[in-house]
Amino acid sequence: MSETTQRLRSLRRAAIALIVAATLYEAAARSGCFAPALLPTLPTVAHTLWNMLADGSIIEHAAFTMYRVMFGFLLAVAVGIPLGVLMARFQRLENFFLPLVSALMPIPSFALVPLFMLWFGIGNLTTILIVFYAATFPMLFNTWSGVRSVNPIWLRAAGALGADEHKLFWKVIIPGASPFIITGMRQAFLRCWIAVVGAEMIAASDWGLGWVIFDAKEFLNTDVMLASLVAIGAIGFVFERAVFGSIERATIQRWGMTRIAKG
Amino acid sequence: MQDAVTTMTVTGARGRPASNERWREIARNAFPFLVVGGIWEVVAWAGVFPHRLFPTLEEVALSFVQLTVSGILPHHAIETLLRLLSGFALAALFGIGIGVLMGRSRRAEDILLPLVSICAPIPGLAYAPLFLLWFGLGDVSAVLLVGFVSSFPVIFNSWTGVKAVKEIWLRSAQSMGADDRKLFSHVILPGALPYILTGLRLGLAQAWRILVAVEMLAAVPWGLGWLIFGAREFLNTDAMLAGIVVIAVIGLALEKLVFEKIEHYTIVRWGMISA
Repeated sequence: MSETTQRLRSLRRAAIALIVAATLYEAAARSGCFAPALLPTLPTVAHTLWNMLADGSIIEHAAFTMYRVMFGFLLAVAVGIPLGVLMARFQRLENFFLPLVSALMPIPSFALVPLFMLWFGIGNLTTILIVFYAATFPMLFNTWSGVRSVNPIWLRAAGALGADEHKLFWKVIIPGASPFIITGMRQAFLRCWIAVVGAEMIAASDWGLGWVIFDAKEFLNTDVMLASLVAIGAIGFVFERAVFGSIERATIQRWGMTRIAKG
Repeated sequence: MQDAVTTMTVTGARGRPASNERWREIARNAFPFLVVGGIWEVVAWAGVFPHRLFPTLEEVALSFVQLTVSGILPHHAIETLLRLLSGFALAALFGIGIGVLMGRSRRAEDILLPLVSICAPIPGLAYAPLFLLWFGLGDVSAVLLVGFVSSFPVIFNSWTGVKAVKEIWLRSAQSMGADDRKLFSHVILPGALPYILTGLRLGLAQAWRILVAVEMLAAVPWGLGWLIFGAREFLNTDAMLAGIVVIAVIGLALEKLVFEKIEHYTIVRWGMISA
Protein backbone atom coordinates (compact mmCIF):
# COMPACT_ATOMS: atom_id res chain seq x y z
CA MET A 1 0.00 0.00 0.00
CA SER A 2 1.43 3.37 -0.93
CA GLU A 3 2.11 6.14 1.52
CA THR A 4 -0.64 8.45 0.23
CA THR A 5 -3.45 5.91 0.40
CA GLN A 6 -2.36 5.12 3.94
CA ARG A 7 -2.52 8.80 4.82
CA LEU A 8 -5.89 9.21 3.17
CA ARG A 9 -7.23 6.29 5.09
CA SER A 10 -5.91 7.76 8.36
CA LEU A 11 -7.58 11.06 7.59
CA ARG A 12 -10.85 9.37 6.75
CA ARG A 13 -10.78 7.37 9.94
CA ALA A 14 -9.96 10.48 11.97
CA ALA A 15 -12.89 12.31 10.42
CA ILE A 16 -15.19 9.37 11.05
CA ALA A 17 -14.05 9.14 14.66
CA LEU A 18 -14.73 12.84 15.26
CA ILE A 19 -18.12 12.69 13.56
CA VAL A 20 -19.12 9.60 15.53
CA ALA A 21 -18.01 11.20 18.80
CA ALA A 22 -19.94 14.37 17.98
CA THR A 23 -23.03 12.37 17.02
CA LEU A 24 -22.90 10.34 20.23
CA TYR A 25 -22.62 13.52 22.23
CA GLU A 26 -25.46 15.11 20.30
CA ALA A 27 -27.64 12.04 20.78
CA ALA A 28 -26.94 12.03 24.51
CA ALA A 29 -27.72 15.73 24.71
CA ARG A 30 -30.99 15.42 22.81
CA SER A 31 -32.16 12.17 24.39
CA GLY A 32 -33.35 14.04 27.47
CA CYS A 33 -31.65 11.65 29.89
CA PHE A 34 -29.59 14.56 31.15
CA ALA A 35 -30.71 18.05 31.98
CA PRO A 36 -30.20 20.27 28.92
CA ALA A 37 -28.55 22.85 31.17
CA LEU A 38 -25.80 20.34 31.94
CA LEU A 39 -25.39 18.88 28.48
CA PRO A 40 -26.10 21.53 25.84
CA THR A 41 -26.30 20.45 22.21
CA LEU A 42 -23.42 21.27 19.90
CA PRO A 43 -25.35 23.92 17.92
CA THR A 44 -26.08 25.69 21.21
CA VAL A 45 -22.40 25.68 22.11
CA ALA A 46 -21.43 26.92 18.65
CA HIS A 47 -24.09 29.61 18.84
CA THR A 48 -22.85 30.77 22.25
CA LEU A 49 -19.27 30.83 21.02
CA TRP A 50 -20.34 32.87 18.02
CA ASN A 51 -22.29 35.31 20.21
CA MET A 52 -19.36 35.71 22.57
CA LEU A 53 -17.07 36.36 19.63
CA ALA A 54 -19.53 38.79 18.07
CA ASP A 55 -19.97 40.94 21.17
CA GLY A 56 -16.25 40.75 21.82
CA SER A 57 -16.56 39.51 25.38
CA ILE A 58 -14.56 36.33 24.86
CA ILE A 59 -11.85 38.29 23.08
CA GLU A 60 -11.60 40.62 26.03
CA HIS A 61 -11.42 37.69 28.44
CA ALA A 62 -8.76 36.06 26.29
CA ALA A 63 -6.83 39.34 26.17
CA PHE A 64 -6.78 39.54 29.97
CA THR A 65 -5.64 35.94 30.24
CA MET A 66 -2.94 36.47 27.62
CA TYR A 67 -1.74 39.60 29.37
CA ARG A 68 -1.30 37.67 32.62
CA VAL A 69 0.36 34.74 30.91
CA MET A 70 2.76 36.87 28.92
CA PHE A 71 3.66 39.08 31.86
CA GLY A 72 4.36 36.10 34.12
CA PHE A 73 6.12 34.21 31.37
CA LEU A 74 8.42 37.11 30.48
CA LEU A 75 9.24 37.64 34.15
CA ALA A 76 10.08 33.95 34.44
CA VAL A 77 12.30 34.13 31.36
CA ALA A 78 13.98 37.28 32.65
CA VAL A 79 14.74 35.61 35.98
CA GLY A 80 15.18 32.00 34.91
CA ILE A 81 17.70 32.36 32.09
CA PRO A 82 20.23 34.64 33.83
CA LEU A 83 19.97 32.75 37.09
CA GLY A 84 20.32 29.41 35.30
CA VAL A 85 23.39 30.61 33.41
CA LEU A 86 24.95 32.01 36.57
CA MET A 87 24.24 28.81 38.48
CA ALA A 88 25.88 26.75 35.78
CA ARG A 89 28.94 29.01 35.56
CA PHE A 90 29.62 29.69 39.23
CA GLN A 91 29.85 26.82 41.68
CA ARG A 92 29.13 29.06 44.67
CA LEU A 93 25.84 30.29 43.27
CA GLU A 94 24.88 26.75 42.38
CA ASN A 95 25.61 25.62 45.92
CA PHE A 96 23.40 28.37 47.24
CA PHE A 97 20.43 28.23 44.90
CA LEU A 98 20.18 24.56 43.99
CA PRO A 99 18.94 23.36 47.43
CA LEU A 100 16.38 26.18 47.50
CA VAL A 101 15.16 25.41 44.01
CA SER A 102 14.89 21.68 44.71
CA ALA A 103 12.87 22.40 47.84
CA LEU A 104 10.48 24.83 46.13
CA MET A 105 10.01 22.90 42.91
CA PRO A 106 7.78 20.11 44.24
CA ILE A 107 5.27 22.66 45.59
CA PRO A 108 2.45 22.89 43.02
CA SER A 109 1.80 26.49 42.07
CA PHE A 110 -1.87 26.17 43.03
CA ALA A 111 -0.89 25.47 46.64
CA LEU A 112 0.42 29.01 46.82
CA VAL A 113 -2.75 30.61 45.48
CA PRO A 114 -4.47 31.02 48.88
CA LEU A 115 -1.28 32.39 50.42
CA PHE A 116 -0.77 34.87 47.61
CA MET A 117 -4.41 35.86 47.85
CA LEU A 118 -3.86 36.82 51.46
CA TRP A 119 -0.65 38.67 50.71
CA PHE A 120 -1.43 40.37 47.44
CA GLY A 121 -5.22 40.40 47.27
CA ILE A 122 -7.39 39.24 44.42
CA GLY A 123 -6.63 40.12 40.84
CA ASN A 124 -3.80 40.65 38.42
CA LEU A 125 -0.87 40.70 40.82
CA THR A 126 -1.67 37.33 42.40
CA THR A 127 -2.37 35.69 39.06
CA ILE A 128 0.80 37.00 37.47
CA LEU A 129 2.90 35.90 40.43
CA ILE A 130 1.41 32.40 40.33
CA VAL A 131 2.13 32.18 36.60
CA PHE A 132 5.65 33.45 37.26
CA TYR A 133 6.19 30.87 39.98
CA ALA A 134 4.93 28.06 37.78
CA ALA A 135 7.12 29.03 34.83
CA THR A 136 10.37 29.92 36.56
CA PHE A 137 11.46 26.42 37.53
CA PRO A 138 11.32 24.73 34.12
CA MET A 139 13.07 27.79 32.68
CA LEU A 140 15.75 27.77 35.33
CA PHE A 141 16.35 24.04 35.29
CA ASN A 142 16.60 23.74 31.55
CA THR A 143 18.95 26.70 31.22
CA TRP A 144 21.11 25.31 33.98
CA SER A 145 21.41 21.87 32.45
CA GLY A 146 21.82 23.39 28.98
CA VAL A 147 24.80 25.49 29.94
CA ARG A 148 26.33 22.60 31.86
CA SER A 149 25.96 20.28 28.91
CA VAL A 150 27.81 22.52 26.45
CA ASN A 151 30.52 20.32 25.02
CA PRO A 152 33.81 21.20 26.79
CA ILE A 153 35.70 20.58 23.55
CA TRP A 154 33.85 23.52 21.97
CA LEU A 155 34.89 25.73 24.86
CA ARG A 156 38.51 24.69 24.59
CA ALA A 157 38.51 25.01 20.83
CA ALA A 158 37.03 28.51 21.03
CA GLY A 159 39.53 29.41 23.73
CA ALA A 160 42.40 28.11 21.64
CA LEU A 161 41.17 30.12 18.68
CA GLY A 162 41.46 33.22 20.84
CA ALA A 163 37.87 33.90 21.93
CA ASP A 164 37.66 36.12 25.00
CA GLU A 165 35.11 35.58 27.79
CA HIS A 166 32.56 37.79 26.13
CA LYS A 167 32.79 36.04 22.76
CA LEU A 168 32.89 32.63 24.40
CA PHE A 169 29.64 33.40 26.15
CA TRP A 170 27.66 34.80 23.24
CA LYS A 171 29.10 32.67 20.43
CA VAL A 172 29.55 29.31 22.11
CA ILE A 173 27.72 28.90 25.40
CA ILE A 174 24.42 30.54 24.54
CA PRO A 175 23.96 28.85 21.13
CA GLY A 176 25.15 25.59 22.62
CA ALA A 177 22.61 25.77 25.41
CA SER A 178 19.82 27.06 23.18
CA PRO A 179 18.04 23.74 22.52
CA PHE A 180 17.62 23.33 26.26
CA ILE A 181 16.61 26.95 26.73
CA ILE A 182 13.95 26.70 24.04
CA THR A 183 12.65 23.43 25.47
CA GLY A 184 12.53 25.24 28.80
CA MET A 185 10.48 28.07 27.29
CA ARG A 186 8.09 25.59 25.79
CA GLN A 187 7.62 23.75 29.06
CA ALA A 188 7.37 27.04 30.93
CA PHE A 189 4.66 28.29 28.62
CA LEU A 190 2.68 25.09 29.06
CA ARG A 191 2.95 25.47 32.83
CA CYS A 192 1.89 29.12 32.56
CA TRP A 193 -1.15 28.17 30.60
CA ILE A 194 -2.19 25.58 33.18
CA ALA A 195 -1.43 27.87 36.09
CA VAL A 196 -3.29 30.87 34.73
CA VAL A 197 -6.55 28.96 34.36
CA GLY A 198 -6.36 27.66 37.93
CA ALA A 199 -5.27 30.96 39.39
CA GLU A 200 -8.08 32.79 37.63
CA MET A 201 -10.62 30.30 38.94
CA ILE A 202 -9.53 30.49 42.55
CA ALA A 203 -8.29 34.04 42.85
CA ALA A 204 -11.30 35.24 40.91
CA SER A 205 -11.05 38.69 39.49
CA ASP A 206 -13.65 39.67 36.93
CA TRP A 207 -11.92 38.99 33.63
CA GLY A 208 -10.12 36.03 32.16
CA LEU A 209 -11.02 32.75 30.52
CA GLY A 210 -10.54 30.72 33.71
CA TRP A 211 -12.86 33.03 35.55
CA VAL A 212 -15.53 32.78 32.84
CA ILE A 213 -15.58 29.00 33.12
CA PHE A 214 -15.82 29.07 36.87
CA ASP A 215 -18.38 31.83 36.91
CA ALA A 216 -20.51 30.01 34.34
CA LYS A 217 -20.78 27.10 36.75
CA GLU A 218 -22.71 29.25 39.20
CA PHE A 219 -25.39 29.93 36.64
CA LEU A 220 -25.34 26.48 35.02
CA ASN A 221 -24.22 28.07 31.76
CA THR A 222 -22.64 24.90 30.47
CA ASP A 223 -22.67 26.26 26.92
CA VAL A 224 -20.54 29.24 27.97
CA MET A 225 -18.26 26.85 29.77
CA LEU A 226 -17.76 24.61 26.75
CA ALA A 227 -17.30 27.62 24.47
CA SER A 228 -14.54 28.98 26.73
CA LEU A 229 -12.95 25.54 26.86
CA VAL A 230 -12.76 25.60 23.09
CA ALA A 231 -11.15 29.03 23.20
CA ILE A 232 -8.60 27.95 25.81
CA GLY A 233 -7.71 24.84 23.84
CA ALA A 234 -7.39 26.77 20.59
CA ILE A 235 -5.12 29.48 22.03
CA GLY A 236 -2.91 26.93 23.76
CA PHE A 237 -2.66 24.88 20.59
CA VAL A 238 -1.80 27.88 18.42
CA PHE A 239 0.94 28.99 20.78
CA GLU A 240 2.43 25.56 21.11
CA ARG A 241 2.50 24.89 17.39
CA ALA A 242 2.81 28.24 15.70
CA VAL A 243 4.87 30.32 18.10
CA PHE A 244 7.24 27.79 19.63
CA GLY A 245 7.41 25.69 16.50
CA SER A 246 8.57 28.69 14.47
CA ILE A 247 11.01 29.82 17.16
CA GLU A 248 12.50 26.37 17.05
CA ARG A 249 12.75 26.42 13.28
CA ALA A 250 14.29 29.90 13.25
CA THR A 251 16.96 29.11 15.82
CA ILE A 252 18.08 25.63 16.66
CA GLN A 253 17.16 23.91 13.44
CA ARG A 254 18.86 26.63 11.42
CA TRP A 255 21.95 26.38 13.57
CA GLY A 256 21.87 22.65 12.99
CA MET A 257 21.52 21.74 16.66
CA THR A 258 18.76 19.22 16.09
CA ARG A 259 17.98 17.31 13.01
CA ILE A 260 14.46 17.61 11.69
CA ALA A 261 12.71 14.45 12.72
CA LYS A 262 12.12 12.10 9.86
CA GLY A 263 8.64 10.76 9.39
CA MET B 1 43.85 13.01 43.25
CA GLN B 2 47.07 13.73 45.09
CA ASP B 3 45.72 17.12 46.13
CA ALA B 4 42.54 15.64 47.49
CA VAL B 5 44.45 13.15 49.59
CA THR B 6 46.72 15.76 51.13
CA THR B 7 43.93 18.21 51.90
CA MET B 8 41.96 15.42 53.48
CA THR B 9 44.81 14.47 55.78
CA VAL B 10 45.41 18.08 56.69
CA THR B 11 41.83 19.12 57.34
CA GLY B 12 40.22 15.75 57.98
CA ALA B 13 39.55 15.10 61.65
CA ARG B 14 41.73 12.21 62.70
CA GLY B 15 41.40 9.88 59.79
CA ARG B 16 37.65 10.15 59.24
CA PRO B 17 37.59 12.16 56.05
CA ALA B 18 34.39 10.51 54.79
CA SER B 19 32.17 11.69 57.62
CA ASN B 20 33.82 15.09 57.52
CA GLU B 21 32.98 15.34 53.85
CA ARG B 22 29.40 14.40 54.52
CA TRP B 23 29.05 17.05 57.22
CA ARG B 24 30.41 19.63 54.90
CA GLU B 25 27.84 18.68 52.30
CA ILE B 26 25.02 18.87 54.81
CA ALA B 27 26.24 22.25 55.95
CA ARG B 28 26.45 23.44 52.38
CA ASN B 29 22.89 22.36 51.67
CA ALA B 30 21.55 23.79 54.91
CA PHE B 31 23.23 27.18 54.51
CA PRO B 32 20.81 28.68 51.94
CA PHE B 33 17.83 27.63 54.04
CA LEU B 34 19.36 29.28 57.09
CA VAL B 35 19.88 32.49 55.13
CA VAL B 36 16.33 32.52 53.75
CA GLY B 37 14.90 31.53 57.14
CA GLY B 38 16.88 34.32 58.78
CA ILE B 39 15.57 36.89 56.33
CA TRP B 40 12.03 35.61 56.87
CA GLU B 41 12.45 35.92 60.67
CA VAL B 42 13.81 39.45 60.40
CA VAL B 43 10.95 40.53 58.16
CA ALA B 44 8.39 38.86 60.42
CA TRP B 45 9.81 40.41 63.57
CA ALA B 46 10.27 43.84 62.03
CA GLY B 47 6.52 44.01 61.48
CA VAL B 48 6.71 45.16 57.87
CA PHE B 49 3.61 43.10 57.14
CA PRO B 50 0.68 42.45 59.47
CA HIS B 51 1.65 39.71 61.88
CA ARG B 52 -1.35 37.51 61.01
CA LEU B 53 -0.32 37.44 57.37
CA PHE B 54 3.39 36.90 57.94
CA PRO B 55 3.90 34.70 61.01
CA THR B 56 7.32 33.90 62.40
CA LEU B 57 8.83 30.51 61.70
CA GLU B 58 8.37 29.42 65.34
CA GLU B 59 4.64 29.92 64.99
CA VAL B 60 4.55 27.92 61.77
CA ALA B 61 6.56 25.14 63.43
CA LEU B 62 4.31 25.28 66.49
CA SER B 63 1.11 25.01 64.48
CA PHE B 64 2.72 22.23 62.43
CA VAL B 65 3.43 20.27 65.61
CA GLN B 66 0.00 20.99 67.07
CA LEU B 67 -1.82 19.99 63.91
CA THR B 68 0.26 16.83 63.64
CA VAL B 69 -0.20 15.81 67.27
CA SER B 70 -3.94 16.37 67.16
CA GLY B 71 -4.07 14.19 64.05
CA ILE B 72 -5.60 16.82 61.79
CA LEU B 73 -2.66 17.19 59.47
CA PRO B 74 -2.10 13.41 59.01
CA HIS B 75 -5.82 12.96 58.30
CA HIS B 76 -5.73 15.64 55.61
CA ALA B 77 -2.56 14.17 54.14
CA ILE B 78 -3.93 10.62 54.05
CA GLU B 79 -7.14 11.69 52.34
CA THR B 80 -5.14 13.61 49.76
CA LEU B 81 -2.83 10.66 49.14
CA LEU B 82 -5.78 8.27 48.78
CA ARG B 83 -7.35 10.57 46.22
CA LEU B 84 -4.05 10.90 44.41
CA LEU B 85 -3.53 7.15 44.31
CA SER B 86 -7.03 6.30 43.13
CA GLY B 87 -6.97 8.99 40.46
CA PHE B 88 -3.53 7.94 39.36
CA ALA B 89 -4.47 4.26 39.32
CA LEU B 90 -7.33 5.10 36.94
CA ALA B 91 -4.95 7.09 34.77
CA ALA B 92 -2.36 4.30 34.72
CA LEU B 93 -4.92 1.63 33.89
CA PHE B 94 -6.70 3.47 31.10
CA GLY B 95 -3.65 5.39 29.94
CA ILE B 96 -1.45 2.35 29.41
CA GLY B 97 -4.36 0.41 27.92
CA ILE B 98 -5.28 3.08 25.39
CA GLY B 99 -1.66 3.95 24.66
CA VAL B 100 -0.63 0.36 23.97
CA LEU B 101 -3.72 -0.21 21.85
CA MET B 102 -2.91 2.89 19.83
CA GLY B 103 0.64 1.73 19.39
CA ARG B 104 -0.30 -1.75 18.26
CA SER B 105 -3.28 -1.18 16.01
CA ARG B 106 -3.30 1.27 13.18
CA ARG B 107 -7.08 1.43 13.29
CA ALA B 108 -7.20 2.32 16.98
CA GLU B 109 -4.52 4.93 16.40
CA ASP B 110 -6.46 6.58 13.60
CA ILE B 111 -9.64 6.66 15.63
CA LEU B 112 -8.31 7.64 19.04
CA LEU B 113 -5.49 10.02 18.18
CA PRO B 114 -7.69 12.92 17.02
CA LEU B 115 -9.87 12.64 20.12
CA VAL B 116 -6.88 12.52 22.43
CA SER B 117 -5.07 15.35 20.71
CA ILE B 118 -8.13 17.56 20.97
CA CYS B 119 -8.62 16.97 24.70
CA ALA B 120 -4.97 16.96 25.76
CA PRO B 121 -3.86 20.57 25.18
CA ILE B 122 -6.66 22.04 27.29
CA PRO B 123 -5.30 22.72 30.79
CA GLY B 124 -6.68 20.10 33.17
CA LEU B 125 -8.17 22.53 35.60
CA ALA B 126 -10.33 24.06 32.90
CA TYR B 127 -12.34 20.84 32.95
CA ALA B 128 -12.91 21.16 36.69
CA PRO B 129 -16.16 23.17 36.65
CA LEU B 130 -17.56 20.86 33.98
CA PHE B 131 -16.76 17.79 36.07
CA LEU B 132 -18.24 19.49 39.13
CA LEU B 133 -21.50 20.09 37.28
CA TRP B 134 -21.65 16.59 35.85
CA PHE B 135 -20.51 14.57 38.84
CA GLY B 136 -21.31 16.86 41.73
CA LEU B 137 -19.08 18.28 44.44
CA GLY B 138 -16.81 15.92 46.31
CA ASP B 139 -14.65 12.89 45.86
CA VAL B 140 -16.07 11.47 42.64
CA SER B 141 -15.34 14.59 40.62
CA ALA B 142 -11.93 15.06 42.21
CA VAL B 143 -10.76 11.51 41.54
CA LEU B 144 -12.21 11.40 38.03
CA LEU B 145 -10.67 14.72 37.09
CA VAL B 146 -7.27 13.77 38.43
CA GLY B 147 -7.45 10.48 36.55
CA PHE B 148 -8.65 12.12 33.34
CA VAL B 149 -5.99 14.80 33.34
CA SER B 150 -3.05 12.63 34.29
CA SER B 151 -3.91 9.93 31.76
CA PHE B 152 -2.79 12.07 28.79
CA PRO B 153 0.95 11.91 29.42
CA VAL B 154 0.58 8.18 30.09
CA ILE B 155 -1.30 7.65 26.81
CA PHE B 156 1.17 9.63 24.73
CA ASN B 157 4.22 8.00 26.22
CA SER B 158 2.94 4.42 26.06
CA TRP B 159 1.92 5.04 22.46
CA THR B 160 5.37 6.36 21.54
CA GLY B 161 7.00 3.57 23.52
CA VAL B 162 5.18 0.77 21.75
CA LYS B 163 5.89 2.34 18.39
CA ALA B 164 9.57 2.72 19.30
CA VAL B 165 10.06 -1.02 19.89
CA LYS B 166 12.57 -2.08 17.27
CA GLU B 167 11.15 -3.90 14.31
CA ILE B 168 14.09 -6.31 14.40
CA TRP B 169 13.22 -7.46 17.91
CA LEU B 170 9.66 -8.21 16.83
CA ARG B 171 10.74 -10.08 13.73
CA SER B 172 13.40 -12.09 15.49
CA ALA B 173 10.99 -13.03 18.27
CA GLN B 174 8.42 -14.07 15.70
CA SER B 175 10.91 -16.10 13.71
CA MET B 176 11.89 -17.85 16.92
CA GLY B 177 8.27 -18.85 17.27
CA ALA B 178 6.83 -16.42 19.81
CA ASP B 179 3.03 -16.25 19.70
CA ASP B 180 1.14 -12.99 20.12
CA ARG B 181 0.92 -13.24 23.88
CA LYS B 182 4.58 -14.01 24.34
CA LEU B 183 5.50 -11.30 21.89
CA PHE B 184 3.53 -8.82 23.92
CA SER B 185 4.72 -9.77 27.38
CA HIS B 186 8.34 -10.57 26.50
CA VAL B 187 9.20 -8.09 23.78
CA ILE B 188 6.76 -5.22 23.42
CA LEU B 189 6.08 -4.51 27.06
CA PRO B 190 9.71 -4.55 28.25
CA GLY B 191 10.75 -2.59 25.16
CA ALA B 192 8.17 0.11 25.77
CA LEU B 193 8.68 0.19 29.51
CA PRO B 194 11.14 3.09 29.70
CA TYR B 195 8.63 5.26 27.88
CA ILE B 196 5.70 4.00 29.91
CA LEU B 197 7.52 4.74 33.14
CA THR B 198 8.35 8.23 31.91
CA GLY B 199 4.68 8.67 31.13
CA LEU B 200 3.64 7.44 34.56
CA ARG B 201 6.12 9.77 36.17
CA LEU B 202 4.85 12.77 34.22
CA GLY B 203 1.28 11.67 34.92
CA LEU B 204 1.87 11.45 38.63
CA ALA B 205 3.49 14.88 38.69
CA GLN B 206 0.52 16.27 36.79
CA ALA B 207 -1.95 14.51 39.08
CA TRP B 208 -0.24 15.98 42.10
CA ARG B 209 -0.31 19.52 40.72
CA ILE B 210 -3.94 19.30 39.72
CA LEU B 211 -5.15 17.56 42.85
CA VAL B 212 -4.25 20.41 45.19
CA ALA B 213 -6.27 22.85 43.12
CA VAL B 214 -9.16 20.43 42.64
CA GLU B 215 -9.46 19.98 46.38
CA MET B 216 -9.83 23.73 46.73
CA LEU B 217 -12.61 23.85 44.15
CA ALA B 218 -14.48 20.60 44.84
CA ALA B 219 -15.24 21.28 48.51
CA VAL B 220 -14.02 17.92 49.79
CA PRO B 221 -14.28 17.58 53.57
CA TRP B 222 -10.62 16.60 54.10
CA GLY B 223 -7.50 17.17 52.06
CA LEU B 224 -4.39 19.33 52.08
CA GLY B 225 -5.66 21.61 49.32
CA TRP B 226 -8.79 22.19 51.31
CA LEU B 227 -6.79 22.77 54.49
CA ILE B 228 -4.84 25.55 52.82
CA PHE B 229 -7.87 27.07 51.21
CA GLY B 230 -9.97 26.86 54.36
CA ALA B 231 -7.20 28.40 56.45
CA ARG B 232 -7.45 31.51 54.29
CA GLU B 233 -10.96 32.22 55.56
CA PHE B 234 -9.70 32.47 59.13
CA LEU B 235 -6.39 34.16 58.29
CA ASN B 236 -4.56 31.14 59.68
CA THR B 237 -1.43 31.83 57.71
CA ASP B 238 0.60 29.57 60.00
CA ALA B 239 -1.65 26.56 59.31
CA MET B 240 -1.50 27.40 55.62
CA LEU B 241 2.29 27.43 55.58
CA ALA B 242 2.37 24.18 57.56
CA GLY B 243 0.11 22.63 54.90
CA ILE B 244 2.36 23.90 52.11
CA VAL B 245 5.36 22.32 53.83
CA VAL B 246 3.58 18.96 53.94
CA ILE B 247 2.67 19.30 50.25
CA ALA B 248 6.29 20.01 49.38
CA VAL B 249 7.51 17.03 51.40
CA ILE B 250 5.02 14.66 49.78
CA GLY B 251 5.89 15.97 46.33
CA LEU B 252 9.58 15.45 46.95
CA ALA B 253 9.01 12.00 48.43
CA LEU B 254 6.93 10.91 45.43
CA GLU B 255 9.73 11.85 43.10
CA LYS B 256 12.66 10.51 45.11
CA LEU B 257 11.23 7.44 46.77
CA VAL B 258 8.72 6.16 44.25
CA PHE B 259 10.01 6.86 40.80
CA GLU B 260 13.75 6.81 41.13
CA LYS B 261 13.38 3.43 42.85
CA ILE B 262 11.07 1.95 40.23
CA GLU B 263 13.28 3.16 37.46
CA HIS B 264 16.31 1.68 39.14
CA TYR B 265 14.74 -1.72 39.72
CA THR B 266 13.24 -2.25 36.32
CA ILE B 267 14.90 -0.45 33.49
CA VAL B 268 18.40 -0.32 34.78
CA ARG B 269 18.29 -3.97 35.75
CA TRP B 270 17.06 -4.99 32.33
CA GLY B 271 19.82 -2.94 30.81
CA MET B 272 17.50 -0.62 28.87
CA ILE B 273 19.39 2.46 29.98
CA SER B 274 22.67 2.69 31.80
CA ALA B 275 22.59 3.54 35.46
